[in-house]
Amino acid sequence: MSASYPDYPIPAPALDAQPFWDGTALGKLLLKRCTDCGETHYYPRAICPYCFSSATEWYEATGRGTIYSFSVMRRAPVSYVIAYVRLEEGVTMMTNIIDCDFDTLAIDDAVKVVFHPIKGGFSLPLFTPA
Amino acid sequence: MGRACKAYIAGAFEHPTRHAVDQSVAQLHAEVARGALADAGLSKDDVDGYFCAGDAPGLGGLSMVEYMGLDVRYVDSTDTGGSAYVVHLGHAAEAIAAGKCSVALITLAGRPRAAAKATLPDYDNDTPDTAFETPFNQMIVNNYAMAAMRHRHEFATTAEQLAWIKVAASHHAQHNRHAMLQKVVTVEDVVNSPMISDPLHRLDCCVVSDGGGAIVMVSPEIAKSLGDRCVKVMGQGEAVKTTNRGQVDLTFTAGVKSGAIAFEEAGLTRADIDMVTIYDSFTITVLITLEDLGFCEKGQGGRFVSDGNLISGVGKLPFNTDGGGLCNNHPSNRGSMTKIIEAVRQLRGEAHPRVQVPDCTFALAHGSGGLISTRLCSATAILGRNDA
Repeated sequence: MSASYPDYPIPAPALDAQPFWDGTALGKLLLKRCTDCGETHYYPRAICPYCFSSATEWYEATGRGTIYSFSVMRRAPVSYVIAYVRLEEGVTMMTNIIDCDFDTLAIDDAVKVVFHPIKGGFSLPLFTPA
Repeated sequence: MGRACKAYIAGAFEHPTRHAVDQSVAQLHAEVARGALADAGLSKDDVDGYFCAGDAPGLGGLSMVEYMGLDVRYVDSTDTGGSAYVVHLGHAAEAIAAGKCSVALITLAGRPRAAAKATLPDYDNDTPDTAFETPFNQMIVNNYAMAAMRHRHEFATTAEQLAWIKVAASHHAQHNRHAMLQKVVTVEDVVNSPMISDPLHRLDCCVVSDGGGAIVMVSPEIAKSLGDRCVKVMGQGEAVKTTNRGQVDLTFTAGVKSGAIAFEEAGLTRADIDMVTIYDSFTITVLITLEDLGFCEKGQGGRFVSDGNLISGVGKLPFNTDGGGLCNNHPSNRGSMTKIIEAVRQLRGEAHPRVQVPDCTFALAHGSGGLISTRLCSATAILGRNDA
């Protein structure tokens, strides 16, 4: 169990991604899907990267997924785990896995989102074993 | 004579420095340009096309055109990170074939070691992806480590197999008096070196060095006048792979496409290639690239690189016979220019005698630019000896 956290850089969101960060600050993981083609994409954009439609909408994800890949960053003041988590909604997002024994983590482990407040009023969507 | 080609590499030069304390970046660019032109037997005034990437100071090559006192009618500053110079090689061949220029100069130089800078560039909020990666403390090494971890999961690739890539590079670097790391290492040395980001150890990582390199490309007509040290550009391909809208797959790179395009253009097969130079930012980069280029099946890279198969004079596919980025140098944190240069040495028969591949007729040089687990531009060049 790692009780300490690294310093997290503050996100610099593009204008069309701001609602994602408004969502995490409220404890919601928001994704974007296209109402024309139905596809969910990540990271969220104003224009659907499947069909180029502007008819994209935000919706709340379940916050559950599995680890697609990860790495324990050892050469750092505080070790941390970078990971790709594949969400139940079918998209994969970069994140950190926190509050667990790093040495027992494995690909395909079930994880759930936790919202981790950082500087600047931001809250990061991180994951922990489910 | 032999096969026809669009363009030749007439000159190549690698800067001998690995630590440029007293030289400016522009100066390093000019020094490698001078070296490559001298190697070609051409002068600065012959250059009518200039190619550079983001390591060149100023806007789109203009500052370097000015600094060097060039007068060009063609300029290309395409930046795809470390693969940019193999991209430029292809673009220059096309420009020469189209008559837009006839002597193309491509330069790379930098001093990240002297400046103590080997990090990701700073992005502002106009870059759409950065907010979804930077806050999670993505570094270059843990980005590559995630690809290595997934490869291990899917194909049971071991740390020892990855280590063989570094071992092979070190066997070559012992003969390169300019190489930063000239000591031969063993598989045990690699797997016992400190873990940086699982599963990558310190010796799975390339060096940080200053320096640079340049090549000069010319039309077939000019090549004929310069003699048999000119090397043929047989084929080139480039492709980009991304996080694909959230459908992330870390088991392959855009090398699958860039390699296929280059081989098709060259009219050659993998069996025709006598040696390869592959951008080796990390051992995993080489392993996945060898699979993607078709030298072995997907997932078999670990077996392919084992037991010295990449060591010149020992294995079937000699790679990075100058020691590569893992041992020799990594100027400006961009590895593909030096890959072109070592392939040229081999095709001229001018590599170190202890690593020279006998009767080297065709060589493949491959660059990867960007980051393997997010967005990466792969570029592949197939080069041939003057009489190929």
